[in-house]
Amino acid sequence: MFTRILTSALFAGASAGLIASLLQLSFVQPVLLHAELYESGELVHFGAQAVSAHQDLGGFDAMRDGLSIFFTILIYSGYAFILVALMALADQRGAEITARNGLVWGVAGFVTVHLAPGVSLAPEVPGVAAADVYIRQVWWFATVACAGVALWLIAFGKSWVPWGIAAILLIAPHAIGAPEPDSFTGPVPTEIAALFAARAFGVGLAAWVLLGLFAGYFWEREGAREGVPQHS
Amino acid sequence: MATRTVQAEAQSSLLPIIFSAIIGIAVIFVSGHVQAGALHDAAHDVRHATGFPCH
Repeated sequence: MFTRILTSALFAGASAGLIASLLQLSFVQPVLLHAELYESGELVHFGAQAVSAHQDLGGFDAMRDGLSIFFTILIYSGYAFILVALMALADQRGAEITARNGLVWGVAGFVTVHLAPGVSLAPEVPGVAAADVYIRQVWWFATVACAGVALWLIAFGKSWVPWGIAAILLIAPHAIGAPEPDSFTGPVPTEIAALFAARAFGVGLAAWVLLGLFAGYFWEREGAREGVPQHS
Repeated sequence: MATRTVQAEAQSSLLPIIFSAIIGIAVIFVSGHVQAGALHDAAHDVRHATGFPCH
């Protein structure tokens, strides 16, 4: 059992993480580097002169981008362990796990760890004003936990009671509100910040759908290899 | 017989599930959320791109 989880999670996490890191480097990193030109003061928004929206952002930085690839694979492997553990739990309780419905698991994972916290704590470009990082982390973990439980209840609940609890769990963190900064001090143009958040969500969704797909695929394959009886 | 094997496996296999989930959470916490200087700098770009609270 543990071997099956371990193998599926490692393969799924590494392959989805590698693709995620390439997508991030292609689509998110240039926006981040652009924002850093404003964060460092090299460019000034609303200064004396209008600033060109097209800047030289440099090419591939082996050290910096190499570390990013490493950490993206690590983070998606961490997600894969949680995802496959939950798939194993569902499998034990009679649910069928396949590559195809892994796609839906992936979307649910994206909603849980990206969209749910990101709705009130939007993916930030460097340099934005934000509340204390520890308080935001507590809110982030609490929101992810609520969303995870809520999606499980939506998927496997069989009456309006669990579905109602799920709705409350999804809404509550946002009704309570995420920690906000006292004042706005961000030097980065709103166009860049908005593009960054949109790109982060887009790449996150793509990566998670792939993670779900791979996790379902490897779970199914490893099960067949171990001779675990398949659901019909 | 087959049913009994499946049941026995179901009872004994909650532990690996919990263990795997804990590994996953630990990896996410260390790589995505610990604020120690070197770790923060190394994972900086990914933390922003993944939507984790950073700084």
